[in-house]
Amino acid sequence: MITTEIDDILQRHPNAGRSSLIPILQEVQEAHGYVSKDAVVQIGGHLGLPAAKVYGVATFYNQFRFAPPGQFHIQVCRGTACHVKGSAGILEAIQQLLKIQPGQTTRDGIFSLEVVACIGACGLAPVIAVNGEFHAKLTAEAIKGIIDEYRERATNGQAE
Amino acid sequence: MAKLSDKCCQACWHDWDNPCPDLVECMTAGPVCHDSEPCKTKRQAAIAELRREVVSEPVLFVGTGTCGLAAGAGKTLATAKRWLEEKGIAAKVVEVGCIGLCAVEPILDIQMPGKARVSFQEVSADSVGELLESVMVKGDLPEEKVLGQHRPVEGSALEPWQGAAWLDEHPFFAPQTRWVLANCGIIDPTQIEEYIARGGYAAMAKTIRSSTSAELCDEIEASGLRGRGGGGFVTGKKWKFALNTPAEQKYLICNADEGDPGAFMDRAVIEGDPHRLLEGMAIAAYGIGASKAYVYIRAEYPLAIKRLHEAIAQAHKYGLLGHNILDSGFNLEILVKMGAGAFVCGEETALINSIEGKRGMPRPRPPFPAVSGLFGKPTIINNVETLANLPGIALKGAKWFSSVGTAGSKGTKVFAVSGKINLTGLVEVAMGTKLRQIIEDIGQGIPNGRKFKAVQVGGPSGGCVPAQHLDIEIDYESLKTIGAMMGSGGLVVMDDQTCMVDVAKFFMNFVQRESCGKCIPCREGTRRMLEILQAITRGRGRETGSDALDRFKGVMYLQRLAEVIRDTSLCGLGQTAPNPVLSTLRWFRDEYEAHIYERRCPAGVCTELLTYRIDAEKCRGCTLCAKKCPSGAILGAPKSPHYIIPDKCIGCGTCVEVCRFDAVIKE
Repeated sequence: MITTEIDDILQRHPNAGRSSLIPILQEVQEAHGYVSKDAVVQIGGHLGLPAAKVYGVATFYNQFRFAPPGQFHIQVCRGTACHVKGSAGILEAIQQLLKIQPGQTTRDGIFSLEVVACIGACGLAPVIAVNGEFHAKLTAEAIKGIIDEYRERATNGQAE
Repeated sequence: MAKLSDKCCQACWHDWDNPCPDLVECMTAGPVCHDSEPCKTKRQAAIAELRREVVSEPVLFVGTGTCGLAAGAGKTLATAKRWLEEKGIAAKVVEVGCIGLCAVEPILDIQMPGKARVSFQEVSADSVGELLESVMVKGDLPEEKVLGQHRPVEGSALEPWQGAAWLDEHPFFAPQTRWVLANCGIIDPTQIEEYIARGGYAAMAKTIRSSTSAELCDEIEASGLRGRGGGGFVTGKKWKFALNTPAEQKYLICNADEGDPGAFMDRAVIEGDPHRLLEGMAIAAYGIGASKAYVYIRAEYPLAIKRLHEAIAQAHKYGLLGHNILDSGFNLEILVKMGAGAFVCGEETALINSIEGKRGMPRPRPPFPAVSGLFGKPTIINNVETLANLPGIALKGAKWFSSVGTAGSKGTKVFAVSGKINLTGLVEVAMGTKLRQIIEDIGQGIPNGRKFKAVQVGGPSGGCVPAQHLDIEIDYESLKTIGAMMGSGGLVVMDDQTCMVDVAKFFMNFVQRESCGKCIPCREGTRRMLEILQAITRGRGRETGSDALDRFKGVMYLQRLAEVIRDTSLCGLGQTAPNPVLSTLRWFRDEYEAHIYERRCPAGVCTELLTYRIDAEKCRGCTLCAKKCPSGAILGAPKSPHYIIPDKCIGCGTCVEVCRFDAVIKE
């Protein structure tokens, strides 16, 4: 099933050259949430590039993931403003609560955690984004409520 | 609503599908192709409506930029719409970008027919109903919510509200010179006509009609505009390299890969006023003779990407981009490329590699991109803010632009003010403004009565400016003299609870992670610097073997290592990577010494260096801290005061958090 989806994406880039590599990787990740091993091989075949080159480019950039993310993907901003306002504590609170490290997914598959350089909402630091939904001016105490809210949504099957 | 795209009468033969070179002027100041008083009146009426000098029904403006959304503007917007529906009140709801005062978001403006537009602060979903009731039904302004009213333009029929302060006299806005941000938070970014009605695209039309590329380059060079992305190279001079390199294809790239943590002005401009960027790009492309342009934008900015796509599509529809723009023979295609999250891609040659689909690694220069860049063709890379400055210069002239600023730095600069400061947000001030004014007047000082310690300028490539240098007049050169740099303009304010060693460690961690790995000084050197900083903030409890010796050895080499990295790295990222350490070493050496010799952190941030003790008077012996202590360092019998064994304590601070009697003291 996944293979056909990748085919669809590749067909949107006919006669593509190397400059289409990053946009294709981005589209694949957008569709599946991550870049799988099969996807890397298939993209390489389409662009006439060795899979190693494709993998080399994909691993260079922070954006690409190689394991499926959770239902709710938590991005913790670790920009300067957020750091000064205590984002290290926020990150630690999330790690303790979910018992995962950045880059990992919880065993129930509900949450995954990622550290990002800057979301660009520095005026409202510290900030996290959950599936693109922002939570600003956070404190470590507020984290539990937010996580619980999303967990409830997940059990009610309301995840987008 | 009247539209600029409507023909005024049959005598007008041109429209956006069949443009003439004077089209923009004809639509806004015209008609110029024929003399007709009714047509002129009709045009002016349309312009007034688009500028919202005349509104027939109430208009609500909700600031829904990324920062607004983070503060809850999405919920405010939904609640306001529901309220209007329930009450059966006809009103227009407009989503605008960010006006720049992030601290009091969500911001909602209301303009009642015949009245001046008023901005309200902190309009949460809970309070929006009450506010709308008060303003739209009862007709009075709740004082505590009013941010200020917008001053109507001269000759406008809009009546000001009694007793409401002017927005332009608000302490945050009064000292600013808003050129680049002029429309942000004011106009609807999805409507090209609102931008045109406010003088948009007039500069582009004028330039491609009446100047040659060489004349334009001269004008931009004469204005003294310098790159706003970090380097500060004179823009006009850079363009000339590309203009004078013969090639059948040249490229313009807009660098919107705002990687500096702590800077968000590019995002705000694209979200709030995307056509200003497109117009600036068109002018730049004309100046260097490029017919293809790229916007390299961060994938972390989904809203900005959406706005940009919308704006490009609209500009195409109005014939302001694409083939034969305004019948001038000038062509321009703008493509959007999403960055994939690599800080080093802010470097020109790395960015080019990334667009070409390679790993974003810099290459040695020369050849400079202006001579051989993207796909081997002459390429000019300008930052968003630089490009957004161009329409003003092209329309009003180099003299107008250079009348503001210092001897070496002209115009204005946008700063993203954040951190420990009361009013956070985007601030655009004239070059030469004092840092103190930005922090104390515009930003309203430090919250909670704390003391100012330093302001970090320019992100990971910049440095910290201590209190004694706050009276410096900001420009490219002055900042360099005190070990900082303009960078992209992030200002992160720090108070006495911020540890400067920790800040240096934070930046080194960032830089070593983002180092592309191509050259050794940067790849290995930044890693070693981080390790040295980690060693001096590590508690003695975790030191084994010769760790203490290595710690001292590292400190001795820190400065020398920093200088080697600065002198020998390949690209700007590496050359500036040691700056946060060098500048904190220069101004806050005492803090480093406290960490190294006294093994304590004066700001109380480096947890491993803190010592804890239990106040026997306050401790009730509830045993909670002893149970939670991960290293078993707390002893004591139930119902009698506990005590901490210093040698076992790892300084995690758990006991402080769990104690219900505030008996644990952190020192």
